[in-house]
Amino acid sequence: MKLLLKIWRQKDGSSKGKLVDYPIDHIEGDMSFLEMLDVLNQELIEKGDEPVVFDHDCREGICGTCSLMINGEPHGPDRLITTCQLHMRRFNDGDTIVIEPFRATAFPVLKDLMVDRSAFDRIQQAGGYISVNTSGNTVDANAIPIDKHHADESFEAASCIGCGACVAACKNASAMLFTAAKVSQFALLPQGKVEAIDRVQNMVRQMDLEGFGNCTNTGACEVECPKGISLENIARMNREYLMATVKG
Amino acid sequence: MGILDSKVPSGPLADKWTKHKNDIDLVNPANKRNIDIIMVGTGLAGASAAATLAELGYNVKTFCYQDSPRRAHSIAAQGGINAAKNYQGDGDSPYRLFYDTIKGGDYRSREANVYRLAEESVNIIDQCVAQGVPFAREYGGLLDNRSFGGVLVSRTFYAKGQTGQQLLLGAYAAMNRQINRGKITSYTRHEMLDVVLVDGKARGIIARDLITGEIERHAAHAVVIASGGYGNVFYLSTNAMGSNVTAAWRVHKRGAFFANPCFTQIHPTCIPVSGDHQSKLTLMSESLRNDGRIWVPAKAEDAQAIREGKLKPTKIPEADRDYFLERRYPAFGNLVPRDVASRAAKERCDAGFGVNKTGEAVYLDFAAAIQRYGSEKALTSGIKDPDQETITKLGEEVVEAKYGNLFQMYEKIVDENPYKTPMMIYPAVHYTMGGLWVDYNLQTTIPGCFCTGEANFSDHGANRLGASALMQGLADGYFVLPYTIGDYLSDDIRTGPISTESEAFDKAEAEVRANLEKLLNAKGAHPVDYYHKKLGKIMWNKCGMSRNATELKEAIEEISALRADFYENVRIPGGLNEMNTELEKAGRVADFLELGELFAKDALERNESCGGHFREEYQTPEGEALRDDKNFRYVAAWEYKGAPKDAKLHKEDLVFENVELKTRSYK
Ligand SMILES: Cc1cc2nc3c(=O)[nH]c(=O)nc-3n(C[C@H](O)[C@H](O)[C@H](O)COP(=O)(O)OP(=O)(O)OC[C@H]3O[C@@H](n4cnc5c(N)ncnc54)[C@H](O)[C@@H]3O)c2cc1C
Ligand code: SF4
Ligand code: FES
Repeated sequence: MKLLLKIWRQKDGSSKGKLVDYPIDHIEGDMSFLEMLDVLNQELIEKGDEPVVFDHDCREGICGTCSLMINGEPHGPDRLITTCQLHMRRFNDGDTIVIEPFRATAFPVLKDLMVDRSAFDRIQQAGGYISVNTSGNTVDANAIPIDKHHADESFEAASCIGCGACVAACKNASAMLFTAAKVSQFALLPQGKVEAIDRVQNMVRQMDLEGFGNCTNTGACEVECPKGISLENIARMNREYLMATVKG
Repeated sequence: MGILDSKVPSGPLADKWTKHKNDIDLVNPANKRNIDIIMVGTGLAGASAAATLAELGYNVKTFCYQDSPRRAHSIAAQGGINAAKNYQGDGDSPYRLFYDTIKGGDYRSREANVYRLAEESVNIIDQCVAQGVPFAREYGGLLDNRSFGGVLVSRTFYAKGQTGQQLLLGAYAAMNRQINRGKITSYTRHEMLDVVLVDGKARGIIARDLITGEIERHAAHAVVIASGGYGNVFYLSTNAMGSNVTAAWRVHKRGAFFANPCFTQIHPTCIPVSGDHQSKLTLMSESLRNDGRIWVPAKAEDAQAIREGKLKPTKIPEADRDYFLERRYPAFGNLVPRDVASRAAKERCDAGFGVNKTGEAVYLDFAAAIQRYGSEKALTSGIKDPDQETITKLGEEVVEAKYGNLFQMYEKIVDENPYKTPMMIYPAVHYTMGGLWVDYNLQTTIPGCFCTGEANFSDHGANRLGASALMQGLADGYFVLPYTIGDYLSDDIRTGPISTESEAFDKAEAEVRANLEKLLNAKGAHPVDYYHKKLGKIMWNKCGMSRNATELKEAIEEISALRADFYENVRIPGGLNEMNTELEKAGRVADFLELGELFAKDALERNESCGGHFREEYQTPEGEALRDDKNFRYVAAWEYKGAPKDAKLHKEDLVFENVELKTRSYK
């Protein structure tokens, strides 16, 4: 396969970036998208150029490190997968592929395609936990039965990998889907109810402080989320938040 | 051998840990505030320990190379975590978990450590549930369990195919609570490049900020290494791209012994290599072996026709298939432990029966399971005389409910539908049992430097059982280290803050800088990956699933030559004082190039076969591993002496007072 790549190159956070053309050849369908970038980088290094920097680690869709806007879509054209799970057989000989970083004020570019998503960490530090000490002296794990439906729903919310595609997909760069998933995971469990009011208030406050945009219910986040996190979580967080405001 | 004192407490096995906890010195809460601890790594082992130490009152700094602690490689664990809860009432107990682990490790681990692990396993589940980890549950609201290979009870707790992510999010949440309280400072995108010793004690680290390239000094009263495994020495493995040995290796070079480097786990069910571009391998969970049957064609000409694309596996009649695990191991069949299953697959492929283009794949077939489940389902749904199509459809639904996400992952990567045609699998490097040598307190041979999780050598002997690594990481971090480190730190309550302005820090920083500059100055012809791939090939071909003295000696020579070439001819664009991902990789590969040689040396020295270490010279007439308890019942702990070939061997004799050493048989 022969392709034309148009890749965002930016030296660092304070420099201006631009799209640069890279023709590439001998790409096979069995390669993953990131392996295709590996091939490009080897060529660049051999020529004495600097390789394209992009974030990645597990390369199996679970760590949430990889990102990339591929032809305008976070994690590329397929649904329910991350960029590292995308394979080149999805493209055709002669295609042009535009590759850019996730864009949001709260996700500043560090270099080329790599952005800073530490805002997500700070949202979770603001309250994304249950305040229990790790002493080992908690009650037996089966002392509190949890109805399977809620346990499964909590799991679904907890399967968010913190990749940031929801923010990149949103025209307002809102982090509602991410924050809602994190709030929901705890809100659905008896152990998480105790601190529910403080948690939702603190996390939402931090989300706003980080400069994410407002949610206008476009639903783009749900479509692009590689883990299928549902908009219901946003509704649940809004309810939690409202309740917290009334009670608090 | 005074230097290798394992510090195992005296007394009966079941009482050792409780007794030890009562005997060791504690640090009072007011004094803990004056003590700083550095934690390198935020996987299960690091995050759990960091959170607990901070709760206790210590000041903790955590380091990880990823952009968030939550992305440590523990996140990728799929199958589950063991605990001797005996919720299923099937006769499980800490003793049984202990016994299975010792046997599974082929009698090359320390009894007292393994017993403690089994004992603490029950607390882990309680703790995680209290933190809000959403484990799988039954309809009655109680926790669900599944079984894993090599054991006869159901003791594995899980969260769909994401157990690692859910447990890590739990530990990360506990960390976040302490970050919010100001007790943990988290340094992300930072790589530890050296440990600093002051008066022989670990008192800090040198780290590089991966965004700015700046080299930083961090001081503390103790340093904990929780940096994970070194499977990437093989280039291709199921580990994350960034997984590395650097932190452990630099500590080794400063005096910590490295134990059993050659003990590597090669997992039987991974997606085979598809071409030279391959950057990593993907695991297909062990749970698939509950229902999948492993086979190759019985006739070599069929295998060849398949490789050439002229024959489809579904066209081969039952009589012409060789279900080699069922044939060789009738008692355990497809559920033999990982090392045994991997070797058997390799044996068939080496004999010319492999089934993909490169001849390095075997089938994992669900057709029989689909038919079995389909018939059962038809019966329980009251469908009389179902036709073949209905049975297949119902069966596929059952299989999808159990393994849907794995099947989907397979299809994405291989572009074949595993419901219709058997999966192709091949063994891949997955886990390293070897690591930094630690005593019962998890302290390395450097005072004040501790090591937890996959990075240490302690609990899994020569082969790890499935679902036991997550257990070890969390037991070490939540329940063991927080106690044992106190014993060491109780001497430090009057030490006061450690300064980074000292000769020791100056020297360590200068050395780190010089090393990085040396790499940058090579200005050769080949990218770092070129060398990493070459190293991987040597390791896989000569130090992989089966080893022999001739090839191990060749490997030692080849790796040492490759290392020399690397320093001369590697090409790293960019500079030191900026983000430089090639420079990061180069540092890691430089360390792999040293570790690889020690690995081969260790394998050469161990003249026996045990667990994942199979020496062709030491096997039974049926091709099974032949252990030599008389001469090799020890931990090989290597002391750094310059080049890997000069490393000095220290032995820790393994004493078995509670189990009888037997030949592992799964026949
Ligand atoms: C695909 C896969 C599936 C698995 N499934 C299971 C399972 O089902 N059950 C089970 O029990 N086990 C499983 N395992 C094994 C288990 O996941 C690991 O052994 C375990 O998670 C290791 O945890 P850890 O905390 O020791 O290290 P890791 O989670 O690897 O964490 C290492 C940490 O160290 C940091 N680090 C490394 N080097 C440096 C450095 N130089 N400077 C700074 N920071 C550094 C990293 O950033 C990271 O934070 C699986 C492993 C893999 C690869
Ligand atoms: S909600 Fe989905 S898209 Fe957003 S961070 Fe989580 S996994 Fe990524
Ligand atoms: S690299 Fe881990 S999710 Fe893509």
